[in-house]
Amino acid sequence: LNEEYPSEYGPKWSDQRVERMLGALVCAVVGLLLAMIATVFVRAWPSFAHNGLSWFGAGGSVEEQLNQIYLSGLGGAEFVYTFHGWQLIWSTILITGGAVAIALFCSLFVSVFIVEFAPEWMRNVLQPVVRFLASVPSVIYGLLGVLILVPFIGNHLVTEPQKASVAGVISLSGYSLLAAVLILTVMIAPLMVSIFSDGLRAVRPGWLEGSLALGVNRWRTIWKIAVRTGRPAIVAGTVLAVARAIGEAVMLAMVSGSVAFAPNPADGLIFIYEPSRPLAPTIVKNIDSLGSPPANATLFAIAAVLLFSAALFSLTGWVARRAMRKYGATA
Amino acid sequence: MEASIATPPAAPTPPGKAPRQPTKDAVEGSATWRLSDRIGLAICWALGLLFCAIAVAIVIYLMIKGLTYLKPSMLVTPATAGFSQSQSGGFSDALLGTLIVAVMGISLALPVGIGVAVWLVEYGRPTALARVTESTIEAIAGIPSIVLALFGTVIFSSTTLGFLSRSSEGVVFGRSFFAASAMLSLVALPLIVASTREGLSAIPQHVREASYAIGKTKIATTRRILLPAARPQVATGAMLGLGRIIGDTAVIVVLLGATQNFAPVGSTFPFNYLRGAGTTLTNFVYEASPTGNLNQPEKAYAAAFVLLLLVLALNAAVDVVHRRARKAGTWSH
Repeated sequence: LNEEYPSEYGPKWSDQRVERMLGALVCAVVGLLLAMIATVFVRAWPSFAHNGLSWFGAGGSVEEQLNQIYLSGLGGAEFVYTFHGWQLIWSTILITGGAVAIALFCSLFVSVFIVEFAPEWMRNVLQPVVRFLASVPSVIYGLLGVLILVPFIGNHLVTEPQKASVAGVISLSGYSLLAAVLILTVMIAPLMVSIFSDGLRAVRPGWLEGSLALGVNRWRTIWKIAVRTGRPAIVAGTVLAVARAIGEAVMLAMVSGSVAFAPNPADGLIFIYEPSRPLAPTIVKNIDSLGSPPANATLFAIAAVLLFSAALFSLTGWVARRAMRKYGATA
Repeated sequence: MEASIATPPAAPTPPGKAPRQPTKDAVEGSATWRLSDRIGLAICWALGLLFCAIAVAIVIYLMIKGLTYLKPSMLVTPATAGFSQSQSGGFSDALLGTLIVAVMGISLALPVGIGVAVWLVEYGRPTALARVTESTIEAIAGIPSIVLALFGTVIFSSTTLGFLSRSSEGVVFGRSFFAASAMLSLVALPLIVASTREGLSAIPQHVREASYAIGKTKIATTRRILLPAARPQVATGAMLGLGRIIGDTAVIVVLLGATQNFAPVGSTFPFNYLRGAGTTLTNFVYEASPTGNLNQPEKAYAAAFVLLLLVLALNAAVDVVHRRARKAGTWSH
């Protein structure tokens, strides 16, 4: 054998050596992630240090502040860091929360349908459809939103009196919370469906059969046994969807209206027609001001908040799944 | 008494796991259910059909718009400055850019991804490092791509990596195909690792033992037996990763964009283009949409249609690989 494949068995590719090489590769990947986290927080530090907790508070117009921050970094004057990000944070919460809530409801029903109730032909159609919807690039969703959904909302759903009532504050052109939430829902629901249905399929058949044998109908059996046992998968899918929704930048930059504004639910139903701008699109829109040091710090601070909240959700999901491990289903 | 047993409860036969195709009379219909349960089933049907309708609407709408506005000349002419949509050329640079980014990104992500997956499944010592690596891969999957892009600006604007992009008077711009591909390979990495791992761990232990028994080393076993056996999963992972790379916009806007044409730097042929800024289809669609700088919706539709075709082709390829792998059968234990 040694004569046949000398290079493969020579000392150059000995097992120990390969193991060390692969180990080094793995360490490099881990190191890269740590370096990234460290870099983002170090770069963000000046912004947090100058603002303290008021970074997350409300006050003034974010656009104005970002502009001041950017300009202060160009001249020789002292850097300005004052930034109150509440409008962006609130918009992120509203859009992510709305989309995840709707997507959770839809995905649960659709995955139950796919796993249990859909006839064979329907299942064969739905599974590729879900995979397709998950793989459509976000910029295409954004384009369709801008060219179809936004004009539809602006021309047909928003009434003239509604436009007039907020004319002095903001213009309702269709770029709105509603458009952002609806499109984001379509983007994250397929992700949830695929993870949910994997979880539902993993439920032990014996448990379902036990329930059916007691005379419980199939619908109740699925909801009371399968969906409950599959809860870790549901948590996992939801967490992934939340992370995706928080980090979505380009599509939301296109349809959310890109105005730093905090829609107020207390104003009545009109708030869903109001434009806003979440955190991630703010980075995209202000990317050209990276050259100004204080603006650079502010954008990295936004990135740090995104990173931190994504990590927080992952942790929550992990804890929740650990707590549910006793139900016997794995996710 | 006779009457009470005349209508026995509908015998619910277990739907059964193994034969996923129960015969018609074996499955209890919804006729005996309570109204609330039947409404639930109706919601299931409605939402399932809604998903299908959305997908069909996206494909058909983009197909109609794409076929209306897409001219073959757009695929071969680069974008030029012009006042109307008929004067401003096509998006050949964007199409080429997408291919360049896809090839470079995946050729960086594939070896690294396979390496990490092989280490995780075949070596995985010390255990603590293995656990950390698993969390790392999961974390990379959860990081928003815009954050990756910002990190990329830090790396590639450093003077040590200045040779990878345009620089003048000590200021490195950090926008190049190198920068964008390197960061996009991180987007694809988790998918490749997960898929390859799945493939490797599905191979039963006795296959490895048989190989060791005839004197093969671990790495020879991995290279000659395990990786070829896991090829469908590796291919699936690569294609899923490719889809993510092609579809990503945030990284491109930050690390490559700012132009709709190639902006070569220097003169050595392939590297001058790779070092320069450029564009991809996603970036072109973003800029050509009404919210972008170009505002040419017709071109945006045409480019989006081409992009969608690429994505559909990738999806179809994944399906073919899956079907082939299933036909090839699974390992017997």
